[in-house]
Amino acid sequence: MPEKIPVTVLTGYLGAGKTTLLNRILTEDHGKKFAVIVNEFGEVGIDNELVVGADEEVFEMNNGCICCTVRGDLIRILDGLMKRKGKFDAIIVETTGLADPAPVAQTFFVDQDVGDATKLDAVVTVTDAKWLRERLKDAPEAKNQIAFADVIILNKTDLVTPEELAEVEAAIRAINPYAKLHRTQRCDVPISALLDRNAFDLDRILDIEPDFLESGHHHHHSDAVRSMSFTIPGDVDPEKFMPWINDISQAQGPNILRSKGILAFKGEPRRFVFQGVHMILDGDLQRDWLPDEQRQSRLVFIGRDLDEAELRKGFLACAA
Amino acid sequence: MDTPSKPVSLREHVTAIAAEAHVVAAHWLKQGLVLALADGRLLSWQDGETGEVAMHGGGLLCACSDGASIVTGGDDGRVMSWSGSGEPQEIARDPKRRWVDSVTLSASGSLAWNTGRSVHARDDKGRVKSLDVATTPQGLAFAPKGYRLAIAQLNRVALWYPNTEAKPELLDWAGSHLDVVWSPDGRFVVSSMQENALHGWRLGDKPTHMRMTGYPAKPRSLSWSHDGLWLASSGADAAIVWPFQGEGPSGKAPRECGARHAKVTRVAFHPKALVLAVGFDDGCILLIRLTDASELLVRPAQRGSGITAFAWDRLGKRLAFGCEDGAAGVLTVPAG
Repeated sequence: MPEKIPVTVLTGYLGAGKTTLLNRILTEDHGKKFAVIVNEFGEVGIDNELVVGADEEVFEMNNGCICCTVRGDLIRILDGLMKRKGKFDAIIVETTGLADPAPVAQTFFVDQDVGDATKLDAVVTVTDAKWLRERLKDAPEAKNQIAFADVIILNKTDLVTPEELAEVEAAIRAINPYAKLHRTQRCDVPISALLDRNAFDLDRILDIEPDFLESGHHHHHSDAVRSMSFTIPGDVDPEKFMPWINDISQAQGPNILRSKGILAFKGEPRRFVFQGVHMILDGDLQRDWLPDEQRQSRLVFIGRDLDEAELRKGFLACAA
Repeated sequence: MDTPSKPVSLREHVTAIAAEAHVVAAHWLKQGLVLALADGRLLSWQDGETGEVAMHGGGLLCACSDGASIVTGGDDGRVMSWSGSGEPQEIARDPKRRWVDSVTLSASGSLAWNTGRSVHARDDKGRVKSLDVATTPQGLAFAPKGYRLAIAQLNRVALWYPNTEAKPELLDWAGSHLDVVWSPDGRFVVSSMQENALHGWRLGDKPTHMRMTGYPAKPRSLSWSHDGLWLASSGADAAIVWPFQGEGPSGKAPRECGARHAKVTRVAFHPKALVLAVGFDDGCILLIRLTDASELLVRPAQRGSGITAFAWDRLGKRLAFGCEDGAAGVLTVPAG
């Protein structure tokens, strides 16, 4: 198989600093060539023939999956770019400030031509330390972008007090404790922190631990969008688990933004790893459990209005 | 007659051409073959002599020809034309540098292209009309007679008379329509879809639908037989050929030609006979005669060299092909 081109999706609410970050990626000397798909042509101040303007065009796939929306314009543009393989090493897709990242991510799993030629590397979300807490109150898009992120750039930290910064971080962590978080001013983050994350690569999902270590930290569980994780300290029965996870993703797919799991199947020496976006699940047997590794089964959901007690009960019933 | 399982090889009748970039399209002009390349160049070829023409600043995305000239669209937002000699001419340039990824020519020399959410049509007198549409126009195709354009879009194909004020007629069908073709007799319009299917309409006062489904991949290459009675398509592990006699293919099974363990990426019917060129994603090319399913091998499989373009010359004596890795060639069909 030829090497697939990695794609980084760059989201963030209006004014958070996406364009600053993009210009930084394009001007810094890191030896990589990017094709960039932008939503507002002309904002990027770089004369690069591989900057493409896109009109976001989301549509529902006609395949009976109600939340299976994809970006038609992206399919077209990637098809065009793939005819010039070798001219660039990676692709960056910038979304509009109001965009839901799900259709972008789903495009890579639903469209076979896109999935054959490229791989989604990570969703990077730029947030504004000063205004994020306001946006989380009035803009559902801002919440979705946090929930979806693999990497969060908490930008403009120089505009807030340490106390305010701690509060905004707590608000982010209540929604998504798993993303890598970088505190920045003017998006001054090393490019290597954004690229080659392999966040959607089943072979590279090593653990699903939170990115911070303040155990016992109190979350504000009143928020509609938040994360939850469940652990069984041993094996699960795949005959019970597979139908359950399929039912959950069908019935609650629209509300599950991201899901991830590492499971020990009874009698199976290898780890079963899966990740999902809404209803689309991608799972496979990975490496063997190591001799010094405790066989356990762990699931994470990030979503909206999820019934934590019900999900926990359902998962625990899958124990072998 | 040779059995279909062991095709006779025509390999020694193929002349190789090094195009050195993904071949987007191949067309025969009076002066010889022209290959449109993804890096923005045209490569002309006539009996082993090659030449180059720079068409686009960035990538070349699409090309079409009426036999007199070749017209290309690029990611520099330009529509360019070259007539086989001299300098290329700029036909249009989008001020916002939006991609032009669909161009089409009619037999009478009318031209259409897309930019953003607009379609532009230029008649044979050079008058340009533009139409704004609600969703991105993708494939474009002129009716075989009359100045009428089919536009593939989200959830519909629109039929537009550019020289009238009338609203386009809408052929609605849920899903994303990618490419569109018009049957040579003008009775049918067929689109390829994101959902791995073809959808057809028999035109009339009340257009009737034809669903052609079951493809494992998108059928992005379509070709009508010279008599207009068959439509060949890519998107499966064989060329899928639908019968369009009478009322069309509804309720009829298609023919499957040249089944292999690879995906068909391009198809092209011979201009004079029921012979189909079939190109695969593993680089193999077969010629298949519809009447007895006999197969001739034109090119053996070559890793990473999937077929991206075909063109028969006007009389059907030569078949040009191009590949994703920049390989190309011309088959001269042996006489007799």
